Amino acid sequence: MSTMKDFKAEKPTWCPGCGDFGVLNAMQRAAVALGLEPEDVVVVSGIGCSGKMSQHFGGYGLHSLHGRSLPTAQAVKLANRNLTVFAAGGDGDGYGIGMGHFIHAIRRNIDITYIVMDNHIYGLTTGQASPTSDVGSQTKTSPRGTVERPIEPLQLALSERCGFVAQAFSGDTKHMAQVIERAVRHRGFSLVNVFSPCVTFNKVNSYEFYKEKLVNLDADPAYDCHDRLAAMRRVAEADNLVVGVVYEDTEQPAYDDAVYGYPEEPLAHLEPRLSDAMYEEILATFR
Amino acid sequence: MLEQLSWKVGGQQGEGVESTGETFAVALNRQGYYVYSFRHFSSRIKGGHSNDKVRVSLKQFRASADYTDVLLAFDQESIDLNAAEVREGGIVIADEKFKPKAPDHVRLFAVPLTKIAEECGSAIMKNMVSLGASACALGLPVEIFAEVIEERFRRKGQKVVDQNMQAVQRGFDHMKELGGADPEFALKPADGTRRLFMMGNDALGLGALAAGARVMPAYPITPASDVMEYLIKKFPKVGGVVVQTEDEIAAINMAIGAAYGGARAFTCTSGPGLSLMMEAIGLAGMTETPVVIIDTQRGGPSTGLPTKQEQSDMLAALFGTHGEIPKIVLNPATTEECFEVMGKAFNLAEHYQCPVIVMTDLQLSLSKQTTEPLRLDAIEIDRGLIASEEDLPQVAGGEQFNRYQFTESGISARVFPGTKGGIHKVTGVEHSTNGRPNESATNRRKMVEKRARKLAGVEIPDSVVRTGDADADLVVVGIGSNIGSIEEACDRLRADGHKVAHAHIHAILPFPVTQLQQALQGAKTVVVVENNGTGQLRNLMNFFGVHHPNLSSYLRYDGMPILPVEIYDHIKGLL
Ligand SMILES: Cc1ncc(C[n+]2csc(CCOP(=O)(O)OP(=O)(O)O)c2C)c(N)n1
Ligand code: SF4
Ligand SMILES: [Mg+2]
Repeated sequence: MSTMKDFKAEKPTWCPGCGDFGVLNAMQRAAVALGLEPEDVVVVSGIGCSGKMSQHFGGYGLHSLHGRSLPTAQAVKLANRNLTVFAAGGDGDGYGIGMGHFIHAIRRNIDITYIVMDNHIYGLTTGQASPTSDVGSQTKTSPRGTVERPIEPLQLALSERCGFVAQAFSGDTKHMAQVIERAVRHRGFSLVNVFSPCVTFNKVNSYEFYKEKLVNLDADPAYDCHDRLAAMRRVAEADNLVVGVVYEDTEQPAYDDAVYGYPEEPLAHLEPRLSDAMYEEILATFR
Repeated sequence: MLEQLSWKVGGQQGEGVESTGETFAVALNRQGYYVYSFRHFSSRIKGGHSNDKVRVSLKQFRASADYTDVLLAFDQESIDLNAAEVREGGIVIADEKFKPKAPDHVRLFAVPLTKIAEECGSAIMKNMVSLGASACALGLPVEIFAEVIEERFRRKGQKVVDQNMQAVQRGFDHMKELGGADPEFALKPADGTRRLFMMGNDALGLGALAAGARVMPAYPITPASDVMEYLIKKFPKVGGVVVQTEDEIAAINMAIGAAYGGARAFTCTSGPGLSLMMEAIGLAGMTETPVVIIDTQRGGPSTGLPTKQEQSDMLAALFGTHGEIPKIVLNPATTEECFEVMGKAFNLAEHYQCPVIVMTDLQLSLSKQTTEPLRLDAIEIDRGLIASEEDLPQVAGGEQFNRYQFTESGISARVFPGTKGGIHKVTGVEHSTNGRPNESATNRRKMVEKRARKLAGVEIPDSVVRTGDADADLVVVGIGSNIGSIEEACDRLRADGHKVAHAHIHAILPFPVTQLQQALQGAKTVVVVENNGTGQLRNLMNFFGVHHPNLSSYLRYDGMPILPVEIYDHIKGLL
């Protein structure tokens, strides 16, 4: 049985107090709770402060390009379905430069868990506006306040019928760990959007800001997380300020279960050589 | 009697030009002839002139003929656009329906193609009537089409098969009545050997299967899509998956992810896609992840000439990525080589742990041609340096695995996720031996040198293949599908008494400097033949230091393939 220690790598380089510490902690807790072995977990991250997750989490880690964690992570899983695969990155990474991949990853429904550390700002590049920055946010690239409307990740995912949609908060890692654990257990693509405050460049969306406003859907016995339209309504009414599992659809088949001919055995483990008989059969179509 | 023949069918795109050409070509291939076909088409689905030019011969040619013997025209435009290349006394078979007119140097046979087809059951069988008329002109029995027709229409029932055969027979008979059976046009019989018939894209797909590819993410684009469409059909048999991605950026990043995950992975695109992949190709170089990228070149830049021949991505393939990474670029020239190159590409990618770009051009990718036997054992699978779980405790020594260990060759062992004891990090950020970010100047220098060492001094064997006279005065340098035209031009020049050789380039990175210098030795004149407007290959020779005092280019950049006669005429003018 692995413990928290097994999922630790060297000391993270985030600013003290950065919300991403909480995300790392919650991922580690979830991995322990799920009984995973570190060598069977791969974290693929994009570029940003949040992109350092692949370095700091103690499993296999692949730090890819800005905005490209999703295609890369999906393919790691395709190559070896025995692995538990996370994609991780920031709001700019996932909802800006990588937005196209986000929608298509939902459609494709490969069984990975996508964790977005949404701090409403570009952290690593020192404080520019992000696609989730609220209208009026004053940043280096919007000194008079942003004019573009923010992306609403939960609504986007829900409208695209994402099979698992959740939100969490770095100020409550215990709850976040539970959410991530459920996300990993879900067969198919899972989104966990995390309010992960940037204490250096975003003074508005702070721990205090969220603590006051967030509503925990998991603690609401009346909330039915299997009703997609109700979920969209609830998220809209709360102005996106909810945490917990917003929606889960257990009926959708995951990509690897749905694709014709995809084998049980991981592709990476198959014998690469074709048999002579198989080759001859394939070749016959060209005569 | 003819030892070779050039036949062409033309009409509006979408009216069966392609299937007529294909039926004709497959039937003749099965008789034991060597067949080489080239499709002229445009980027629209219905309408617009298109044609299919098929060369049939007793020996192998890898180029379209300079002229046409027999032209089959479904409309007047096809005559207007193509009659000029029909040779003196050549035959034009056209549908009587549109009251065809043809220039005086050809013999026009107006056959009621549509009318006969309607009498046989449906106007769409006019192409079958036209095939019958062609067979008559060439002294071929109609039976040669029986098997292909049976295969094509079996699913629609015996009646449809019979109607189509009847249409062929009636076309034959009508042509005969018109006096269209000319012994001068009769083809010499072939040996009956049933050779393979495929396009370069088929051979690439087949080669990928034989090389153990398991993951192919790709985004559709002409002239690359056949490769993904082929593998979608075949992968379920052998275990593997094609993912139609949202764009080429996803495709290349997925290929990287799958390769990192332990599978052989590749993608296939054309110029516009290659441009989108550049950042990630750099990631593959930096993280030392083996991926194979096929670039089927077409006319660029931007959307350019999407259905036309060009070889203008060479500089992009070599220099398109920012930063400096080791990379290999292979340039197959024939269908046989398209097959084998996939084995080679994966082995090189996994041996050197770097991206490998395989470049074809539209003519090679799409021209269906008779292909010599493709043997499975011609493809070896060598997955390079991989540390297994048993090796790991000693390699790792309790620490994180040193994925990027400094070695003399620059190559260090890979480990796939899921392997106990092999945990390490991979990043596109400059890193230490265990994959941790490291920006120190010393580490940077050592890592740059480690990566560069992998290919330092390497030339891929047979990057240059020279044929022809050992004491040639003139050497023609070429690349890709121009191999056939150059070979043929050289043969004719030799027949005129000139001493010529042909140096064909099969890899441009690492640039084969010594091999090319050797191939040019003793030559008084060098001509570089390529399908682009700036002479990219010639410029690369200059850049890498392959100089010659009397070196010039023959360029074609109008979207059409280079014909043998052009090279012959050009060189005649130089001698
Ligand atoms: C193609 C490309 N463009 C731009 C950058 C520069 N860049 C690095 S991180 C980043 C934004 C980071 O913001 P976010 O994704 O929200 O991550 P955070 O740092 O906030 O966690 C940018 C623009 C890059 N690395 N690559
Ligand atoms: S800049 Fe912001 S997001 Fe980046 S490490 Fe510091 S607090 Fe975290
Ligand atoms: Mg951010």
